[in-house]
Amino acid sequence: MSLDSFAGQLAGADPQLQQFLQIETQKQRFQGLVHGLTDQCWDICMEKPSSRLDSKTEHCISNCVDRFIDTSNFVVNRLEKTQQFASSSELDD
Amino acid sequence: MDSLPSTGRMTGAQREELIEQVKQQIAIATAQELLTKISEKCFKKCIIKPSSSLDSSEQKCIAMCMDRYMDSWNLVSKTYSSRLQKESMR
Repeated sequence: MSLDSFAGQLAGADPQLQQFLQIETQKQRFQGLVHGLTDQCWDICMEKPSSRLDSKTEHCISNCVDRFIDTSNFVVNRLEKTQQFASSSELDD
Repeated sequence: MDSLPSTGRMTGAQREELIEQVKQQIAIATAQELLTKISEKCFKKCIIKPSSSLDSSEQKCIAMCMDRYMDSWNLVSKTYSSRLQKESMR
């Protein structure tokens, strides 16, 4: 059972508990993304593991994270634009 | 799922207990996720040709790989959260 629907069932019943669950749900969402990004960027950036994370790999990983966010922002923006275009051309008809 | 306790009549102590339980479950799930990922990734990196035992060079590689995976996890988390902060200020 997901935390989300659990929190939903408790909505209004116990404000303190509800707040705790909301914060934890947010934390889980953040961590889920970190897990996924670490997985992807590790495959892209890591060669043979050495005794420390070298600066080249560090660079690659932080670029990887930033470019992923850029990509997802770009996708959202572009979708919004095409959506707007579609709805404005509907008005023209 | 077991019937949900009616939280309207929950005592403070019961609430604390429930919160503690949820926190524990979350910690277990996080550890499991990390463990599975690390095993998968480090097996791929370090065991090129499985032999009759895990030799010392493979063990060394796995140990380093684990540490580097956790370094990477922390770096991703740091980069991502500072990016989120920047985005929210825009």
